[in-house]
Amino acid sequence: MITFKVLKPGLFTTVQDLGRHGYLEFGVPVSGAMDHFSLAAANLLVENDPNSACLETTLAGSELQTLKKTEIAITGGECFPKINGQNVPMWKTLRIQKDDSISFGKMESGCRAYLAIRGGINTPLVLGSRSTYVRGGFRGIEGRPLQTGDTIEGFDVSPLEVEYEMPSEMVPQFPDNLIVNVILGPQVDMFTDKGIETFLSSRYIVTSEADRMGYRLEGPAIEHKAKADIISDALLPGAIQVPKNGKPILIMRDAQTTGGYPKIAVITFPDLDLVGQAKPNVGIEFVKVTIRQAHEKFRAYAKLLDTLSLTLKKKK
Amino acid sequence: MNTNLYAPPRYLPFGDCALLIEFGNTISPEINLKVITLNETITQAKILGAKETVPTYRSLLIRYDPLETTYDQLVFQVRDLEKELEKPHLEAVVGKAVTIPVVYGGEYGPDLSFVAQYHRLTEEQVVKLHSDREYRVYMLGFVAGFPYLGEVAKEIATPRLETPRLNVPAGSVGIAEKQTGIYPCDAPGGWRIIGRTPLKLFNAHKQPPAFLEPGQTVKFKPIPEDEYQVFSEEQRQ
Repeated sequence: MITFKVLKPGLFTTVQDLGRHGYLEFGVPVSGAMDHFSLAAANLLVENDPNSACLETTLAGSELQTLKKTEIAITGGECFPKINGQNVPMWKTLRIQKDDSISFGKMESGCRAYLAIRGGINTPLVLGSRSTYVRGGFRGIEGRPLQTGDTIEGFDVSPLEVEYEMPSEMVPQFPDNLIVNVILGPQVDMFTDKGIETFLSSRYIVTSEADRMGYRLEGPAIEHKAKADIISDALLPGAIQVPKNGKPILIMRDAQTTGGYPKIAVITFPDLDLVGQAKPNVGIEFVKVTIRQAHEKFRAYAKLLDTLSLTLKKKK
Repeated sequence: MNTNLYAPPRYLPFGDCALLIEFGNTISPEINLKVITLNETITQAKILGAKETVPTYRSLLIRYDPLETTYDQLVFQVRDLEKELEKPHLEAVVGKAVTIPVVYGGEYGPDLSFVAQYHRLTEEQVVKLHSDREYRVYMLGFVAGFPYLGEVAKEIATPRLETPRLNVPAGSVGIAEKQTGIYPCDAPGGWRIIGRTPLKLFNAHKQPPAFLEPGQTVKFKPIPEDEYQVFSEEQRQ
């Protein structure tokens, strides 16, 4: 059932869900939404499973023509969405009619917005996920970002009887200066005490070399003890690699599964959502936490997602 | 004799959802065998909360769910399995070499002549040196299904291209220093390409999706171009 036709593709729009898990050993990245919370919230606002496939737009969003009456929700970075040129709210169920046009304004805060449709986007599952992985040509829309003229299919589902809205105090904020929790290691011992101090006390800036694979940061160089390379080993999203020039590289969701630079620290899982919303010129400061502290926050984050559907405001 | 093997292995936190176990910081079959053996042992042990593992040259990553286990609990359970690594029968778990047919040189291997000139060898000598020995699959990485194989004879170990190619065709067989590898899909890359195989190394619709797995041995077999076409046809069917 075709739901949308793409009138303008936007800067970089892909189909994503919560990722492709269990295939790292074969070199297959996790992929999935750069901001899990926002994607899950968009889905819940139209009564989808939180892992349903959505569109992830980057900075300049797409323009879509609706071919079928349905419900949608838009979450993530503040992007001033419009239906037929009229402003509509984010973080809320929106009813759309056949021939409505959906467009996005300039992204004010954050970097990525999510558009969920009632029932989810119907593209083929590849290794258990609908996430697009452009480097590997994995599906989504032909393994690539959207192009003008593409069509987006949904599932045939019954219309929503109720509408939902996220309570405003639960809408995440995406400031221009982030404080991000990290756990030091695994290769923190390849850096001098001075290097570690530099890493934890400086503000780093996201450069324009930032995409779904990783972000290069600018800021004070982090000093290695001696060598700046290791025999390549495993990478996960959140890993912070420091090559010879001392400037950190943040590994994001589409990154390759192995790498040869030492990792000074790894961003905690809940904070990765925040980093996934960082656009170029955003500042990042890293704060060291213990594994125990991180796991407390992890449990709180998991509980938040688990109970999110109950906390949404509901109206007939 | 290997003095580069850490004793005991190093247990390191990798963020809030993974544990990294390092056995050394060199490329050696002895270290990689420990990695592969511990990987198999852990997979069989079905440890609560352990979600997936990533064996690499010299370390094993275990991704876990912090809702189901803790870091300390996981370290404790894996340390308990470490003694399995000393059992000699596991040393013998090396299967028959997988044969990879390759057309060397020409348009299939645009860097073969460079590799030959670099080492003052003939192209035939490079092909013979490359296809004469068995290689260990140390790990998969870079792109889905890319096998890191080692080690090549030192007579043909060659540095990477100074400027990587924007597109290396699927099946290309390359050399980077002492490693050799095969591109499973079209991808940018800086390895010196000496040949191409018609085999499909990754298929997302198969289980497992990768043709090779870490710990296996492979051997390259030179084939003429017309055989490549026949293989390609078979692969498509």
